[in-house]
Amino acid sequence: MSDLVTGCTGDWEVVIGLEVHAQVSSNAKLFSGASASFGSAPNENVSLVDAAMPGMLPVINRECVYQAIRTGLGLKAQINLTSVFDRKNYFYADLPQGYQISQFKHPIVGEGSLRIVMADGSTRDIGIERLHLEQDAGKSMHDQHPTKSYIDLNRTGVALMEIVSRPDMRSAAEAAAYVRKLRSILRYLGTCDGNMEEGSLRADVNVSVRRPGGPLGTRTETKNLNSLRFIQAAIDYEVARQIEIIEDGGTIDQETRLFDTATGATRTMRSKEDAHDYRYFPDPDLLPMIVTQVEVDALASALPELPDDIRDRLMGKYGLSAYDASVITEERDTARYYEAASDGRDRKLVANWMTVELFGALNKSGNTFENCPISPENLGELVGLISDGTISGRIAKDVFADMFETGKGAAAIVDEKGLKQVSDSGAIETLIDQVLAANQEKVDDYRGGKDKLFGFFVGQVMKESGGQANPGMVNQILRSKLDGA
Amino acid sequence: MSVDKTTVAKIARLARINVPDDRLEPLAAELNGILNWIAELEEVNTDNVEPLASVTGHALPMRDDVVTDGNRPDDVLSNVPEGASGFFVVPKVVE
Repeated sequence: MSDLVTGCTGDWEVVIGLEVHAQVSSNAKLFSGASASFGSAPNENVSLVDAAMPGMLPVINRECVYQAIRTGLGLKAQINLTSVFDRKNYFYADLPQGYQISQFKHPIVGEGSLRIVMADGSTRDIGIERLHLEQDAGKSMHDQHPTKSYIDLNRTGVALMEIVSRPDMRSAAEAAAYVRKLRSILRYLGTCDGNMEEGSLRADVNVSVRRPGGPLGTRTETKNLNSLRFIQAAIDYEVARQIEIIEDGGTIDQETRLFDTATGATRTMRSKEDAHDYRYFPDPDLLPMIVTQVEVDALASALPELPDDIRDRLMGKYGLSAYDASVITEERDTARYYEAASDGRDRKLVANWMTVELFGALNKSGNTFENCPISPENLGELVGLISDGTISGRIAKDVFADMFETGKGAAAIVDEKGLKQVSDSGAIETLIDQVLAANQEKVDDYRGGKDKLFGFFVGQVMKESGGQANPGMVNQILRSKLDGA
Repeated sequence: MSVDKTTVAKIARLARINVPDDRLEPLAAELNGILNWIAELEEVNTDNVEPLASVTGHALPMRDDVVTDGNRPDDVLSNVPEGASGFFVVPKVVE
């Protein structure tokens, strides 16, 4: 598969690296005892530490450190037992300290990797360069007043993990697959809720283009993208813009850009000139952070099974397709549901019913998976009824629709509505004889060579049975009656 | 290592300190005096010595993940030059 982009002067290779900011799931902030929750009244969750009042000192929240370590372990990354907090100095209205406490030279997590799955089922490993802990900034509102900005510091000081990838991605689709997978791992681990709409997960995208196999081009960084769609749109725009400039004989400036969600275009940030002069230095308020191997081992042993492992198991042990296995394991809840529903059932058939019928019905009804009206046990029961021949796949769809509507069990609905499949060969034979007798002309046509009429007879028999005749048996008996006589 | 007038002007701007032009030259001289004094330390051989991040030898103390603070918007906003509806209000800063 080639991801090359064709310009006017030949092919270009796209090189993408991502910096993802993931808000740590915790009760309190990284360095203060104020709540880290979302959606409170303005400046409600602010301590005097967060407001950077003189004399206030930061004290680190152990759980945030553990969450970063868990995430590092989930990314199969090096955990650094000693790490250091630095001050990243810049002025902005939503940063009362005048610096962000971050980790520059010595991050808590080093190199790791993450496996992405593409739509065709192929996989690629994307390198992780590092993960470090830092403070989030506050929120500014610019639409409340013509000449003023309104600042809310509730988010100030909430713990963030900045997760930096290697420039290993070659298309917007791969970048989206990377973010989707990272989000999935974070949610499995419970270290970040992954809610992109609320800003819990945001990405900065580094993009450059080069001739295939040539030296790396100059990159631009587009900041603060909070949806998969925007990430892909920003990459597509940057790729087209850069290729056009280079093909016209120009050069790319290494710069920070903003994405306009209304137009889908990126533009230069006005304040770029000093943007990268952060004058990092170790924060004198914070000692080097030491964690022990014993702590790391304890966190590792308590880690849940991760999506890749479950996916491998579903494919290897249960024989699911790469696609079904990926769809089912993207979320921890759907993976759990599948395990419960398919226990003791036809695993592949359950996967099929889940990915096609169940996800389809949820989508159509606008329901989320959390309030799915069909319990895993009930879906398993339905598949069980298909497997043992009690109902046909056709009838099962009606039963499914009823289950989705009422939340009732499959067997109960089949009993209640008398939908049991007729597998009694005597009864089916009677039906077939009736249909053949009523359509003598067509029988003659069929025997005269019109093979296609076979489907007509099957349809008639199924109709007469109210859809309840066992289709396999109808086929078999019809065949022998029509061809054998 | 030494700094010139341009560097002093840049550092001042990054620190949001207003330094009049006629003060740049004298400030550069003062800063160079400090830098030269500290440069004496370069005489010490520090090969294979790890940078010192703390003199106490203590590890970073940590606290539990419990909400113990906040819910004091009036305190937080008590010194604001301008506020409205619980927000800080500042001159418009928008990209």
